[in-house]
Amino acid sequence: MSDQLTRQELLKRAAIGGAAITFPGILAACGGSGTSASGGTTSVEHKLASTLRFSNWTLYMDVNKKTKAFPSLDAFQKKTGVHVDYTEDINDNASFFAKIQGPLSRGQSVNRDIVVLTDNDRYLGLMLRKGWAEKLDKSAIPNMKNLVDVQKHPNFDPDRDYTLPWQSGMSGIAYNDTLTDPVLSIDDLLENPKLKGKITVLNSMGDAMTIVMLSNGDDPTNVTDKAWNAAFKRIKTAVDNKQIRQFTGNDYAPILARGDLMAAMSWSGDIAQIGNKHLHWNVPEAGGALWTDNMLIPKGGDVYTASVYMNYVYDPKVQGAMEAGDPKKNITGIYYIPPVKGAGAFAKKLDPAVASNPLIFPSAETLGKVKIFDSKALNNQKYLEQWQNLVSS
Amino acid sequence: MSLFHRHRNLTPYLLLAPGVLFLAVFFVVPLGYLAEQSLQSGNFDIGYTFSWQWSNYWDAIHNYKAQFIRSLEYAGIATLLALVISYPVAYWIAFRGGRWKNLLLLFIVAPFFVTYLIRTLAWETILSDNGFVVNTLQALHVLGPSGRLLATSTAVVTGITYNFLPFMALPLYVSLEQIDGRMIEAAEDLYASKWHAFWRVTFPLSLPGVVAGTLLTFIPAAGDFINAELLGSTDNHMIGNVIQSKFLQLTDYPAAAAMSFILMGGILVAVFLYARVVGTEQLTGTAA
Repeated sequence: MSDQLTRQELLKRAAIGGAAITFPGILAACGGSGTSASGGTTSVEHKLASTLRFSNWTLYMDVNKKTKAFPSLDAFQKKTGVHVDYTEDINDNASFFAKIQGPLSRGQSVNRDIVVLTDNDRYLGLMLRKGWAEKLDKSAIPNMKNLVDVQKHPNFDPDRDYTLPWQSGMSGIAYNDTLTDPVLSIDDLLENPKLKGKITVLNSMGDAMTIVMLSNGDDPTNVTDKAWNAAFKRIKTAVDNKQIRQFTGNDYAPILARGDLMAAMSWSGDIAQIGNKHLHWNVPEAGGALWTDNMLIPKGGDVYTASVYMNYVYDPKVQGAMEAGDPKKNITGIYYIPPVKGAGAFAKKLDPAVASNPLIFPSAETLGKVKIFDSKALNNQKYLEQWQNLVSS
Repeated sequence: MSLFHRHRNLTPYLLLAPGVLFLAVFFVVPLGYLAEQSLQSGNFDIGYTFSWQWSNYWDAIHNYKAQFIRSLEYAGIATLLALVISYPVAYWIAFRGGRWKNLLLLFIVAPFFVTYLIRTLAWETILSDNGFVVNTLQALHVLGPSGRLLATSTAVVTGITYNFLPFMALPLYVSLEQIDGRMIEAAEDLYASKWHAFWRVTFPLSLPGVVAGTLLTFIPAAGDFINAELLGSTDNHMIGNVIQSKFLQLTDYPAAAAMSFILMGGILVAVFLYARVVGTEQLTGTAA
């Protein structure tokens, strides 16, 4: 979408005024008390904590393969003196939510300042509706202006008062070219008899339904009962015909790599990480799903320190380095889609291969083909129950 | 002395106190909490309130009858298989193991040093569509050319059998090991054939082990969901999968709690029927 245009437009500006962009970041990060003129927010103490407690998904941070250190977190500590207590303890939204909902519902802290939840699962919206997230201290996040335009007004948090994207990814189809011809559409995946019993579908409702609805010619960003029923019926038929072997989380990846599956509904990042030359990932012809993992501050978290960290990662220079890593220093990047304008230019300097990888910096055409699932539908109890009954019984 | 006498009646109760307290804190209280939750109504957004919502139970039975029955069926078959596999092994170790007994027992327990999840994932590789097992079965025409084991009930039952095998083998070993060899000799002296001696003497004496083993296998197997999740398709999901999805995905805690109670009830009935058949003294091991 317009994302790519603005990104490129910003590349120039970033190249010229890179320092100018990062400067406020450093200022805020150094604890230079930002003017708390951000109106409405409850009085936030502008004092950095000694430790930032950050829960994230596994393999979701730039990491030095040799020393296992996280370079961007170390640089943050150097800059601000804040040590980041970084825990990779999120494997899926549902079980992480189950872990934290108990204390949060009793008004207790969960001992985290930042957690990361996905927008095409129901829990992110649920956290906000329940009032279990702290409001961001926007005065400490001037770099928020670098947020890509498509992400500025999501319907679960229209003004980005509570959340900021960490990374995005796409859901589409992966296939193994030693076993099958290219599988490029849902028609092929769900209805080609040659693939019978050799495909899996994602058990995440938002991903699967977006892709199938697009294939049906319906709009997944504004789900109607009619569109839902048509897509549901199509998947159900494929289950009854034994076309679909299993519904999976990312456990489809090893099965696909082993050759037990010919094709799978799949997340782009998984295939990029496996790095098997016979596995190909593509956005289905009719379109794929776009999801975004969002940072938020759970109730009781340190708002100011978390906001300062968010400001830090929204510096295009920092984001570019986190994305690309540095092959010369054995640093692996995040390799998902960054939400920060201008990150590409900095990524390119460190690892041109990453900057030109269409799964990490997708073209405007690709981004035009991926849609975000309707967040109202994510919380529709009837849909949820129907879906869960299909995938788990 | 008189003080001691006066308090002596209390002594058993005092000795029981830690155990009773343990049961109260770790069994009765959580169970009561779960029972209360199973009768709540509402939803996660507005919150759940206690309202004697018995329909949670009827709905669960009505909607998930197939999964309840499947769970008991898979657990039953897996228990039987585990018994058939473990008995000769335990017998051999107990009577022929000699000085290698401990090492052989270690082999049975060894897989347990690896986490449950990894052990189950290993079966994904063993039963892989292109793996040795499937290829062999295809060559023998047991499986059709496009046949497979993964994502079938066979794979799920295999996984459960494997994962709970030590729970069967160890009690069997203990009861077989305790058998006085002279009893079998006596039977043979009285002109019993080896086969007769086994059925009339050895097997009955090992029954406490059989009963303990089957219960230790059947009960957790009926509630298992990992094997069905990883090795089965949606047609093979057990009630544990439904409970997991109700609890985690739908945050419908009352329904999940009600299902847990129904499962518990189902298992209790199954155990009761079993006890009626084999006799309660076997269940408590007093016959040994």
